[in-house]
Parts: sequence; structure tokens; C-alpha cells
Amino acid sequence: MIQNADIQVNHLTRVEGHGNIVVNIGNGKVEKCEWQVPEAPRFFEAMIRGRHYSEVARITSRICGICAIGHTLASVKTTENALGMEISEQTFKLRQVLKHAENFDSHVLHALFLVSPDLVDATSVFKMIPTHGEVVKAALRLKRFSHEWGSLIGGRTTHPTKAIPGGFASLPTNQELKTLRDRFVKEALPDLDAILGVFVSLAPKIPAFTRETEYMGLHSDVEYGLYDGCVQTVMPDGTKEQWKVEDYLKCTNEYVVPQSTAKYAKNKLSSYMAGALARFNNNFDQLRPEAKLAAKALGMEPLVFNPYLNTAAQVVEVVHSTHATIALIDELLDAGIKDEEPVKPTKYGQGFGSTEVPRGILFHSYEYDKNYMCVGGNCIIPTNQNHGNIQDDFEKLVPELMQQKSKEKEMELALEMLVRAYDPCISCSTHYLDVKFVK
Amino acid sequence: MSKAKVAFFDFTCCEGCQIEVTNVGPEVMLGLLDQVEIVEFREAATEKTTEPIDIALIEGSFSRESDRAKLEAIRKRANVVIAYGACAATGGVNALKNHQSDYKNYVYGKDAELPHLDSQKIQPISGAIKVDYAVHGCPIDKNELVYILSSLLHGKDPVIPNHPVCVECKMRETVCQYELGGHCLGLVARAGCGAPCPADGIPCEACRGFVDEPNQKAMVQVLAEQGKLPKERAETLSRMFTATQREDA
Repeated sequence: MIQNADIQVNHLTRVEGHGNIVVNIGNGKVEKCEWQVPEAPRFFEAMIRGRHYSEVARITSRICGICAIGHTLASVKTTENALGMEISEQTFKLRQVLKHAENFDSHVLHALFLVSPDLVDATSVFKMIPTHGEVVKAALRLKRFSHEWGSLIGGRTTHPTKAIPGGFASLPTNQELKTLRDRFVKEALPDLDAILGVFVSLAPKIPAFTRETEYMGLHSDVEYGLYDGCVQTVMPDGTKEQWKVEDYLKCTNEYVVPQSTAKYAKNKLSSYMAGALARFNNNFDQLRPEAKLAAKALGMEPLVFNPYLNTAAQVVEVVHSTHATIALIDELLDAGIKDEEPVKPTKYGQGFGSTEVPRGILFHSYEYDKNYMCVGGNCIIPTNQNHGNIQDDFEKLVPELMQQKSKEKEMELALEMLVRAYDPCISCSTHYLDVKFVK
Repeated sequence: MSKAKVAFFDFTCCEGCQIEVTNVGPEVMLGLLDQVEIVEFREAATEKTTEPIDIALIEGSFSRESDRAKLEAIRKRANVVIAYGACAATGGVNALKNHQSDYKNYVYGKDAELPHLDSQKIQPISGAIKVDYAVHGCPIDKNELVYILSSLLHGKDPVIPNHPVCVECKMRETVCQYELGGHCLGLVARAGCGAPCPADGIPCEACRGFVDEPNQKAMVQVLAEQGKLPKERAETLSRMFTATQREDA
């Protein structure tokens, strides 16, 4: 039982971006319990004004180094929506492959480089080299593999170049796709099996904590919602509701809090969760069979109310993205890659786009003038949407930890691990505005 | 021989350059870790240190006066400071708002004057402290970072390219964007990337910044006359990555 504690974690480590944890407990009472975001603001929505439609995705990609593919895809989708550009089936499938590469890549980084040290009592992946050398090597191989997989389609994984409004600036050859498929079978699957085994064995060390909340993600009839779809939430009782992407402001409802440079968001409850666990809870039925087996091995079936298991849901998605991509490559190879020029604008005005990035649902919206120059825009980032849910988790978790733990350090670690589980991407999250479109 | 102590720091940026470092694969990563000890790396490790360090790698722009003291503290205990990535080396994409005065109101509306939303004119890290080497690019080329680290560990001065991207397009026999009816900043952009973008049919945006002493007037003239861009677009095009290096900076 903890009666007094003074926890101040400045610039939490092993997360992307800058966040602080502050908890003060005096005489058995929680006096303060806050998740704070002090990240430097960067003003992307202001910077895209006056730029040509061909340049906007190159700018907004730079919002995030880890979700750069997702930002690029959300951006080109938004531009296509605004400018009346219909992409081909081939472009759709190649973008799905690219999206899967990002999900795989980012989840490997998060689960194996950032979270797993906590599960083996190490302070970093570097410190795991003497004790878990083979795991670290496999993780580095998988990281490089997904980087090369994404680079084949997108040119790069950090700020991809080839995915442009209307299609692709250059296309992979059939032979390159076939080589990638072979590498999945020969290189990635064996490493993935080994990693999955390790993660299943470590899963019991993931803390048990339950808080029912609302879960938001993309939902699509043709895929486990990642690249495309409508907005969907699932409530703790299993009821689902959907919104059109263009109505995203109605379900995100951002607001400003004094402890954060990032806005918070809410929908039906005081907060909601976005990310792998939210997708898992919304779209479990559409996971590949291999991913459902992985979920079973990890002891997960929807609905899962433990936010610490977001990392486990990421591992499930890594398996899904692997097998879904192999199937997509087979479809692309069956049809053969056709040399297609990117389609051109047919109109101008306002556009909306959404895609799932590794840490949750992402919205962009832009407006273009008749010369296809950007007049303004708005981006709502998944980590923004999770800040409120993290705060609500803190408020339930801290009193529970006071009962369960005897040392302040144990409580601090449990809170750090909770934030880490969300895989927050804080440098993304400090971009928001009150939308003021010029009509 | 004791290992060189290396620390990674991040300021205003997307942290994509440190992600690039994780893509080098086990051979290079473990080989590097045989030679260096990573004593601080917030995104990857719990440890923090106040000890002297041999090489400090700094990512991100200098965007808040409150970060100056942190940068000075790093400089004080680091033997060598490397600015890695466009944000740290030249200010990068963050400086794309430097010519605007309404950006805070536009993005934060009625909350614009909250003190924690402060952001000044974007500068590279060299705006606050002395920088010894720069790894250019948005993102960096991971192999170039390894090359620079390796050179320093061997006591050699790394070569940072200072010729335009056009040279690299010629070397790989890429048809010029201007020949294809497009436009490109390769003529004044610092090379070293291997010119992948024009080869993929994409104009160079000069993410590695300008070469030293670029002829910016001629650049605008070429963009307008050869690239057929409207005058205003020709004049503003290079802001995406070179805002701090332009004549109007």
C-alpha cells in the first residue's frame, strides 16, 4: 500500500516524442495525476498554405518519422478527394501493400525495441544483446526487411517519395514483387515465428488492468480497416456506430487542456482509444486466419479492455500484415503490373481523407483553389485522440496501484509501461487547429 | 581501448532520422555497438547521463529559446557535435513557416497566446551552438551517418559532398526533369543522396539544403523559364527545405 508518492517523469523514454508523467500522493490521497505533453509545436497546417497539390504530401509526411507512410497516404487520399481523382485498382492494392509495410515496421519497432525491454527487466534493447542476442538480431532483420518492403513500393519508408496524388511516380516490376514475395517466405516468416514464440512466452508479464472505453478505427468491407474505410466505434457493450470520413469532426471533438501542447479528443464517452487494440476490437472478424491464431496464442478475443494489450494486438497485426501482403502480391502478380500514369485533377475544392497509422486513425482535410494550390488544412493525429484515454486510465490505475504496490518506483514503472503500450507518437500529435475553411 | 561514448538527442522534429538508424540491420548495428557505447538515447533507452560524451548526435531544429540552455549543456560535455537530419542541419521543413506571421493564430486560434505554444523563427542547431559536422537530408541516408561515425572513430575527417544533385543524376544517367517537361531544384541542391528522386520521376526538393553559395536568382529564372512555373511559385518553391538559407531568410 502506497501512502505517499511524488512521481515526476520528465521526457518519458522509449516513446516517440516528449511526454511527462506527474503523480502526487499524500496521506493516501491522490492529489495530482497527469499525463502532460510538452512537445514543441510545429504548425504544419499553416505551412501547407500556398503549396501546389503535388507538394502537400511531401510536407505533411514530415509530421511524423514513424507514421510517414500513413501521413503520405492520408494526404494523397485527401488531395484526390478534393481534386476529383479516381485511383486505379492497381494503385489501391499497391497502397495497401505499402500501408502493411508501415504497420509491420512500426509494430516491430515498438513491440521489440521499445516494449520488450520492460518484459525482460532491461533498460533498452541494447542491454538485451547479451541475454537475448538472437531475438535482437531477428528484430533488426525484420526491421530492415519491412524497410526494404516499404521502400520497394514507396521509394523510402521515412517520407516515402513514390506515392503521389493520382497513383505512383514509379512502379515496382513484376520481378521485384516476386523477389519480395520469396523473401517473405524465406526470411521474414521464420524470424516472425521465432519472435511470436518469444512474445507469447513474455505475454504473462504484461500487467493486468481493465478499463472499459470506446474504441475507434476505420472499418471497410474489403479489408481489415487499415488503408481505407469509414469511421467506426465499438462501445463496451459491443454496439457499433459508423460515420463518414468527411464527418470526422463530429466524432473527434477536440479540446484544449492546460497541461498539453496537443489537443485532446472525445466522442460518446469522456475519452476513446485508437490504435491496434481499437482496430482489433472493431474488426477482429476480418483478420487473416494466421493472425486469429496468434491472437488465440496470446489469449486475446474481442472485446479486450486492457490497454497494456495494445502491444499484443500489434503483434497480431504484424502477422496479419505479413499474410495479407503475400495475398496482395499474388493478386498483383496474377494481373501483372501495368504501366499506369498518375491520374490528373478534374475539379477543385475541399477534400477529406483518413487512413490507419500504426497508432490509430488519422484524418487530414485540405482545401484547394482553382490553380490546385492549397488554401488550408487540418490534421487530427491518433496520439491526440489517445491522450484523454491515457489520462482516464491513469485516474483508474493510480488508486489500484496504490493498493497493489509497495514502492513508488514500481508504480512509476507501471505508469510508464501504460503510456508506452499506447505507442504514442507525440511529435505528430502537436498539430491541430480550429478549422476555418474559406467558403 | 575503451569504447567511444555516443549520445542521441532530439529537439523539434519528426524523429524519422533516428528511425532510419534502426534500419541498418544486425551486422552494421552490432558492429557499431562493438565500437561505441550508447550512453543516452531517449527514444530507445531508459538511461540518461550527465557525463562527458565523445560524440553527440543531435536531431531537430532549434525552435524555442527555452531549448538553448539544453543545447549549450550538450555542447559543453560533448567532444564532437553532429547535427543529423535536415531539421538540425539547416532547419528543415520546420522553417517553412519562417516567412509567415499568422501561423500561431492559424493553427491554435483563440489559444495561440498560451505560453507553452511558443515557437520562434526556426533555426538549425548551429543557431544556438557550434556544430562540428552535419548529416544532411530529410531523412538522412543511414549509410552516410555510419560513414561519418566510422570516419570519426578512425580519426579521419569525413567528406561532406558540396556539389549539386545534377551531378549525381548525370552519373546515374537519369533523364533531366526539365527535359521531361517538369521542374527540379537539383541544380542548386546539395548532393550526397545519390539522386533517387529524379530517377523515380519526382523533382528534387533540396532536402539536403543548398550547395554553398547557390545562385538563387538563376534558380528562380530556370524554374520560371525552363520549368514553366508561375512567377510566385518559382520564387517560393525552394522554401520547403531551404528557408533558412534563402536570400530572404
